[in-house]
Amino acid sequence: MIEVRWHGRGGQGAVTSVELLAVSAIAAGKYAQGFPSFGPERRGAPVAAFTRVDSQKINKRSGIYKPDVVLVLDASLIGLVNVTEGLKPEGKLIVNTHKTPDEIRKQLDFKGTVATVDGTGIARKEMGVPIANTTMIGALLKVTGMLELDAMKEAVEHRFGRIAQKNLAAMKRAYDEIKISN
Amino acid sequence: MGKRMGMEVAMAVAEAVGLCNIDMAAVYPITPQSHIAEHLSDLVANGEIDAEFVTVESEHSAMSAVIGASGTGARSYTATSSQGLMLMHELLPIASAMRLPICMAIANRAVSGPLNILNDHTDIMPQRDSGWISMFVENGQEAIDMSIIAFKIAEHKDVMLPVNINIDGFQLTHMVEPFEMPTQEEVNQFLPPFVPHATLHPAKPVTMGAFAMSDYFAEIMKAKDEALKNSKKVILDVWDDWAKIFGRTYKPVETYMADDAEILMLTMGSMGETAQVAIDELRAKGIKAGLVKLRLWRPFPLEEIKAVLKNTKKLIVTDRAISFGGPGGPVFSEIKSALYAEAQRPLIYNYIYGLGGRDVPVPDFVGMFEKVLADTAGKLADSYEFWGVRE
Repeated sequence: MIEVRWHGRGGQGAVTSVELLAVSAIAAGKYAQGFPSFGPERRGAPVAAFTRVDSQKINKRSGIYKPDVVLVLDASLIGLVNVTEGLKPEGKLIVNTHKTPDEIRKQLDFKGTVATVDGTGIARKEMGVPIANTTMIGALLKVTGMLELDAMKEAVEHRFGRIAQKNLAAMKRAYDEIKISN
Repeated sequence: MGKRMGMEVAMAVAEAVGLCNIDMAAVYPITPQSHIAEHLSDLVANGEIDAEFVTVESEHSAMSAVIGASGTGARSYTATSSQGLMLMHELLPIASAMRLPICMAIANRAVSGPLNILNDHTDIMPQRDSGWISMFVENGQEAIDMSIIAFKIAEHKDVMLPVNINIDGFQLTHMVEPFEMPTQEEVNQFLPPFVPHATLHPAKPVTMGAFAMSDYFAEIMKAKDEALKNSKKVILDVWDDWAKIFGRTYKPVETYMADDAEILMLTMGSMGETAQVAIDELRAKGIKAGLVKLRLWRPFPLEEIKAVLKNTKKLIVTDRAISFGGPGGPVFSEIKSALYAEAQRPLIYNYIYGLGGRDVPVPDFVGMFEKVLADTAGKLADSYEFWGVRE
């Protein structure tokens, strides 16, 4: 089972991303859960969202405290939120930033895999908006291999209709451009 | 064959209700039920289902509206949570006394105060004695299945009682997870049209919910009690009908690794699956632990409970509600009372946990088992403890 914790701010679409990812993983024949951090949410405030994916039925319904992967949608949260809290030492940290993985590694003193991509820049170029939630799904899939990129197509098309292709293009670019440091 | 898919459970519940050919729904939105209200309203507004969606100004009005509509013979649905359910409270016994087969989802949430929007069972427990059939689900699939099954049970001529389906708020309602969504053809095959016993109609006047003083009131209460107790037979039959079409079997009391267990835990709702993970861990350590999941709360499955608990030495009853100043949690009190006359009874322990959305991860379940196993003298039995509470 892979457990992922997403960090973002209210309004940046972390919950949409965990939903799209879970729906796509399930459509691909896997078992998955996608859920928000329960409770009230305010635009701009730090929020978390969660994904579990497994090849077998998932019985655990409690929170995720020791994630395998942490994905940071908004690098301004680093320092504000302890994004590596509970992250397994051999785990993977993915950050939406123009910085290099080594810069992030140094900043957070994390020994596992660190991967970075300028998701916001890609989103701006591909979609004309600085919202990187779908873009960063591409980064996550590249780093974890939890699902094929093509598996996202149906859920993204269903959700976004005429702007779906732009989302998929941004996702593909993040998949191709992410820099990974093991 | 239904389609395997992923969706947020609250929306899936609305989709399932949408397959049931309802005539009307009156749903006042409240967290964490809101996505049921919103999505059902969408289905009606988009013309996907042919029903009236009555917008109301409160849950009291929502329940009043479904009572009125059900009285006319309309298949009626509502859903609520927490304070909304508390506001409906005075109408709930009226719906059951009038023998109206209303179906209601409860996205269980803590009752104020202090204000808390997260999950526990403090909203449903005060409704225990309102004369409704009351069941709990532990995952999205069960939430979907019971949402459809409820109509067939409620409307059966030998039942004619309202049903509430308890779906843990957030833990279930806000979870995107896999399930099989039945097809319209399958639901049509399973669920016959509603044939009401009597209907309110100006051309053929009848009285419902009439006045009764001491000369008749007790008889009416006894009739209601009998009706609720007798509904169990129909519930079992309807679950059998469901299994024949959909292949998923339901029982009033489910067990997991309980046959040879020396220590059992009893859960209700979404905690059951996480507790199962704890049982697996304990079994791996050689501890004969097992799980009992109470699905049917009313009518209380007395015989089934006695049968599954008859050989266990120790039983941990978990509660997600409190009876302040009482002998223990509401589920604990009922289980204890059910076993009192048995010649062979387990020591019964009670943990109150998961209040107001407090997470209960696997190590907490393991911890409860370990604490009870360590209590060799049975000193902690027959009393309750707030698990993990800071003092």
